[in-house]
Amino acid sequence: MDIFLQQLVNGLVLGSVYALVALGYTMVYGILELINFAHGEVTMMGAMVALAVIGALALAAPGVPGVLMLAAGLAVAIPVCVALGLLIERVAYRPLRHAPRLAPLITAIGVSIILQNVAMLIWGKQYIPFPAILPQGRHTFYGASITDVQIAILVLTVAIMLALILVVQKTRLGRAMRATAQSRQVASLMGVDVNRVIAATFAIGSALAAVAGIMVSAYYGLAHYYMGFLLGLKAFSAAVLGGIGNLGGAMLGGLLLGLIESFGAGYIGDLTGGFLGSHYQDVFAFFVLIAVLVFRPQGLLGARGVERA
Amino acid sequence: MGHSMRWAAIAVAAMLAGCGDKSQQAGDDTLRIIIGQASPLTGPQAHLGKDNENGVRLALDEINAAGLTLGGKKAVLVLQSEDDGADPKTATTVAQKLVDEGVAGVIGHLNSGATIPASKIYYDNGIPQISPSATAVAYTAAGYNTAFRVMTNDAQQGSVLGKYAVTHLGAKKIAIVDDRTAYGQGLADEVEKAVKAAGGEVVAREYTSDRATDFMAILTSIKAKAPDVVFFGGMDPQAAPMIKQMKQLGITAKFLGGDGAQTPKFIELAGADAEGALASNPGLPLDAMPGGAAFKAKFEAKYGKIQNYSPYAYDAMYVLVEAMKRAGSSDPAKYLTELPKTDYQGVTGHIRFDAKGDLAGGAVTLYQVKNGQWQTLETVQSGK
Repeated sequence: MDIFLQQLVNGLVLGSVYALVALGYTMVYGILELINFAHGEVTMMGAMVALAVIGALALAAPGVPGVLMLAAGLAVAIPVCVALGLLIERVAYRPLRHAPRLAPLITAIGVSIILQNVAMLIWGKQYIPFPAILPQGRHTFYGASITDVQIAILVLTVAIMLALILVVQKTRLGRAMRATAQSRQVASLMGVDVNRVIAATFAIGSALAAVAGIMVSAYYGLAHYYMGFLLGLKAFSAAVLGGIGNLGGAMLGGLLLGLIESFGAGYIGDLTGGFLGSHYQDVFAFFVLIAVLVFRPQGLLGARGVERA
Repeated sequence: MGHSMRWAAIAVAAMLAGCGDKSQQAGDDTLRIIIGQASPLTGPQAHLGKDNENGVRLALDEINAAGLTLGGKKAVLVLQSEDDGADPKTATTVAQKLVDEGVAGVIGHLNSGATIPASKIYYDNGIPQISPSATAVAYTAAGYNTAFRVMTNDAQQGSVLGKYAVTHLGAKKIAIVDDRTAYGQGLADEVEKAVKAAGGEVVAREYTSDRATDFMAILTSIKAKAPDVVFFGGMDPQAAPMIKQMKQLGITAKFLGGDGAQTPKFIELAGADAEGALASNPGLPLDAMPGGAAFKAKFEAKYGKIQNYSPYAYDAMYVLVEAMKRAGSSDPAKYLTELPKTDYQGVTGHIRFDAKGDLAGGAVTLYQVKNGQWQTLETVQSGK
């Protein structure tokens, strides 16, 4: 039981991170039907910038409490990622908005490679350690353990999700976003500044990516110029699993993927008597993904058919 | 047309003859023997490559200063050092170049990845090669009679690690994780064999990748099996988060790694959680080498700080020349048969080769993180 509970905690924490990144994919897709493959790299940039700030602070003022340093890292990383997201949208996607749908996909991949290389030039190929500034508290319940950082990730993710759903459902910007998602043309005829709404979508998605990037690096204790690639791929899969374009779907898909990976890696060896080992963790996760999509091509919470006109 | 072709042919022949001259004879009747050295002299590993080159150069200068006579003829060694950039493709180009220059033997290369493809070219041309630092089993597994190394290989390291876990750390139950790379998997397989041979039990065999950072799931399933030691075959970017997550999960088993984890970067990345971690490195630390102190004095007077493998490069040069002396010739075909009979007391220890060209009884040193530093625990000879 304690092992089951522990795997549940592992999966939920991993899934929260996936969910947060998946939101960025799903928001952009919902509005533009564009897969923003550079989103994983924006996450990486958030982690790298925050680490640079925290690293400099830890050297300059070692007495400052860790949570304050983290806040400072966030305060710099979020604007940087937002600016980056806006720049990517303006330079790589907006000029191609009326081009065939494959064209922005290619520029997305291009931007992703450029960002990786920029990060490699700035910070090198080395893994960068996350300074030990956060409380290392560990709590045990029913034989499973959870750390302060894990609790913070879970709480923060849920809070961000609720806030985002509130923004989309209750605010003027949210209404404009929903209108733009249904039909860009009609929305603009109704007086919605479509370009502003799309920019706002990228800004919010990139801010979430920055938060997710910092979470990942704080959780695992390191950052690397390549970390965004795999994270982005997993988060994108989570978004598709939950139903791309659907906010709740991204959250559900992220959590499910995290749990599947965790339980898959934890139990697959024992269940198959050692025939399949934990190296089949990803195979297992993507098998579930394929199985779900065969029966529900629109994803778990995705709407059947096309919402857009 | 016909004329110009003939002249060109003669010119080429003359040039070729000139090349031949360079390798065989130098003006008077002193024999010029070209020794090849190949390592990354540019790029991120340039400091290690230069270190190997200087190790060879130090030995070569000493041998020349002492005077070398082969088969009653005076001989002088000439160093031809090449940059392989730690790249397998460049390594083959460089190897071909050294062969074309008419080298009598090669000390190199530095990385296993560069050494292995180059070894085929030396073998095809019958040129003896001694690597001072390649550890991959595959280098000597190809069965080339020209391939030798004076460094402990990964299989030897794995067997020492597995036995050490059982006999020295007193572990009965051992969990093994590897990163599915040729290095990590190879090392982990050897550890598993040695653990079983020493009477230990492998309670879990888990896998990850060389890109992963999340090990919570596999560590949780390892925790359920309550091992005494968790061995990880892989590099520091995975080893560091792994030991952190072990602490997070409250796993009290000792962490044991190979040379991929025995790095300063591991301590930097794992921070306080690195404390108490154990890991090995092939070979032995300078201060434990029989001729370490004397070598250090000689080397540092000329070239500055020793980086890593220069003592091995230095010994490799002597091993090569000793074989030439026994054969009375620098002809690769003649002295190659003498190399397997090597029995040489070098700076790094007693050098003999086994049937494959590996260092017999290669040493493995174990280290532990104490007060944020790798501290030497002890050196163990493999195969004992």
